[in-house]
Amino acid sequence: MEKDHFDILIVGVGGQGVLLASEIISEAAIAAGYDVKKSEVHGMSQRGGIVTSHVRVAPKVYSPTIQQGTADIILAFEQAEGLRAVNWMKPEGVAIVSTTALIPAIVTSSKQFDYPEDALDQLKAKADNVIVAEADRIAGELGNPRLVNTILLGVMSALLPIDREVWLDTIKKKVKERFVEINLRAFERGEQIQRESVVS
Amino acid sequence: MKELLSGNEAIARGAWEAGARMAVAYPGTPSTEILETMAARHREVYSQWSPNEKVAYEVGIGASLGGARTLVCMKHVGVNVAADPFMTHAYTGVNGGFVLVTADDPEMHSSQNEQDNRLYARFANVPMLEPSDSQEARDMTMAAFQISEEFDTPVIVRVTTRISHSKGVVGVGDRKPGPEKQFEKDPPKYVMVPNNARQRHVVVRDRLAKLEKFTEMTQFNVLEENGSKIGIISGGVAYQYAKEVLPDADYLKLGFSYPLPLDKIRKFVESHDTVLVVEELEPFYEDQIRAAGIMVEGKKYFGHLGELSPYRVADGMKAAGIVDTVAVSKIAPAENMFPRPPVLCPGCPHRGAFMALRKLKVAVTGDIGCYTLGFTKPLGAMDTCVCMGASIGTAIGMEKVHGYAKGTVAVIGDSTFLHSGVTGLMDAVYNNSNVTVLIVDNSATAMTGGQQHPATGRTLMGDEAGKIDIGQLVQAMGVKNYRPVDPYDYDQVLNTIKEEMANDGPSVIHTQRPCVLMPKRIMEEPYTVDLEKCTACGACFRISCPAIMAAKETNERGHPKAIIDASLCTGCTLCSQICPEEAIILKSQMVEA
Repeated sequence: MEKDHFDILIVGVGGQGVLLASEIISEAAIAAGYDVKKSEVHGMSQRGGIVTSHVRVAPKVYSPTIQQGTADIILAFEQAEGLRAVNWMKPEGVAIVSTTALIPAIVTSSKQFDYPEDALDQLKAKADNVIVAEADRIAGELGNPRLVNTILLGVMSALLPIDREVWLDTIKKKVKERFVEINLRAFERGEQIQRESVVS
Repeated sequence: MKELLSGNEAIARGAWEAGARMAVAYPGTPSTEILETMAARHREVYSQWSPNEKVAYEVGIGASLGGARTLVCMKHVGVNVAADPFMTHAYTGVNGGFVLVTADDPEMHSSQNEQDNRLYARFANVPMLEPSDSQEARDMTMAAFQISEEFDTPVIVRVTTRISHSKGVVGVGDRKPGPEKQFEKDPPKYVMVPNNARQRHVVVRDRLAKLEKFTEMTQFNVLEENGSKIGIISGGVAYQYAKEVLPDADYLKLGFSYPLPLDKIRKFVESHDTVLVVEELEPFYEDQIRAAGIMVEGKKYFGHLGELSPYRVADGMKAAGIVDTVAVSKIAPAENMFPRPPVLCPGCPHRGAFMALRKLKVAVTGDIGCYTLGFTKPLGAMDTCVCMGASIGTAIGMEKVHGYAKGTVAVIGDSTFLHSGVTGLMDAVYNNSNVTVLIVDNSATAMTGGQQHPATGRTLMGDEAGKIDIGQLVQAMGVKNYRPVDPYDYDQVLNTIKEEMANDGPSVIHTQRPCVLMPKRIMEEPYTVDLEKCTACGACFRISCPAIMAAKETNERGHPKAIIDASLCTGCTLCSQICPEEAIILKSQMVEA
């Protein structure tokens, strides 16, 4: 039987579009006939802090949050945040991580903390299936640094039992009209990364 | 028809479908989106922000007396502010259905405490509904209006962050008008002088007796039988966690959770070998069930602190001996990870005030808002934060006892000042306090997402509005030392605070620049760092601006120089004002050089 439930943890930093991405996944999953719950925290945690969204897709979902150690997919818009979330993933899960590195002031202004320059290596050492996407570079090429989220959605899309048309329709529905075209291109670049990726 | 709705959106939807004509609130996480949804999607309902939760509640009382079905929403601590009208409103009862939504915040994702407001239902003897997902948030809100009218009482709908901010699939319907009603004079019911109130307290007890019958019958207290010897009593999001862990147990799900259906609970407990109560925060169900002489266990296994989760529920069930194993992470967490606390935005106008306060090393009594982040390192310029409006009173007390040699400054935002800082300032004038108050005014209720308030000139529904002039208000109250300043001018802020701390009598320093997240924000040309001039002294890192980052280039001692992310910089100029090498310059100047 084809796997019919997916727990997806999306992590990033305030302003990276975590909530829009989780909205698109949820709407696409509903359109594909699934029950969905998604949960996240607003307010103080958004001001440059960590933003986490849980998306749960199944025939019937109870808890709105994922249990630690059971996520099927981690979608990380920032590499160190991907590393920080790695223990939420099950060993056979897939981590899709942008090379984006955002170093907070608390690190640059003190000797107390270090940003892990080798975050991606540490992540690969801990998890079997990691897809690294240079989403920040590609977003720059496309002319808008805020496209990292849509690029990663493109990378992830083939892993879920949701038709490509449903993804594209949902993006068209959820993104502001003048940004639809560029987001569809970003999504396609993500799909390309997925096709070319050798899961390491 | 089905829609993907958050709990908050579903509450707004339910109230709209139930024919509500009035919705009123003060913004507060996690409740804010209820009224925002109402104003955006359900415009047949008149919706407004009030200056604070007490006024919001009182506006709600008036609308209900006038016959309208009325929704009043606030975060858990907001109910403390509204508790005065709420407790007596339980005596007067309603005319149009009256629903109070309290959105609690277990785990304190964005709050100063994690009080369990279910206790308010028992405190005031009013009925309470507890949705466990978005569908129930809609359904129970609709039912709450009927219950309110049938039993002549305000009704609490109690949600938590995980209900308010989780989305799920919701079946929805159309709007139906509520009952047509008008205000009818009835002083014995509505004028709560002692003689009348004594009579009404009798009514409250009689009503409670009727509600105790209702709770045994209502569809919202559901028995789910799976033929198990294990019984779980739960409600709210805790029910979902329990179902996740142990789907095949028998459940008594409490959706109408005050008063509790004690007969139903007794039968449920008698017919099962083991019964556990799974609830977040206080032992609200457990204490009442035990007080009725029914033996159950709960808090012993699940704890009193923070949010529950599937993991914590599984762990508690294992300790209780009803599950064998708890799934744990097989991948070890990353070690030595740096923290990423929330910080003030790039270009945030509050930054200049906190740079100056840090420099002066004064005691800073703080308040609730984005600017509470002024306490975080490396700014580290806030010393207290208790509740909305507390900064001014706290500063007065500390100043009166000469509690800190370097002096005390209160910091409060514009929306918080209007919420409950005004009365603190009255105290300062009245009692000849030498307090210095910094009103950091960004023309928005910023932390909750930039909502309007009485000094912004716009209503929630987008209409032009009366506009309080904070400067005139302060001076009309008798503050002689009133100093408007530009928070982007570091020296001006610093010197003004110094001068006003030396002045006798209360002083108000009023910083005025709009929140950088506002739609009409001032987007100036971004700055850049001349790496030739930068000596890596770190002064700009210490103003805690997310746009300023470490460069790969270092000085001879290996300290990183600074670079500025042009996509984040708003051109507020503060970093260039404090750079001792004048290495932070406009991008255009860099090109010319």
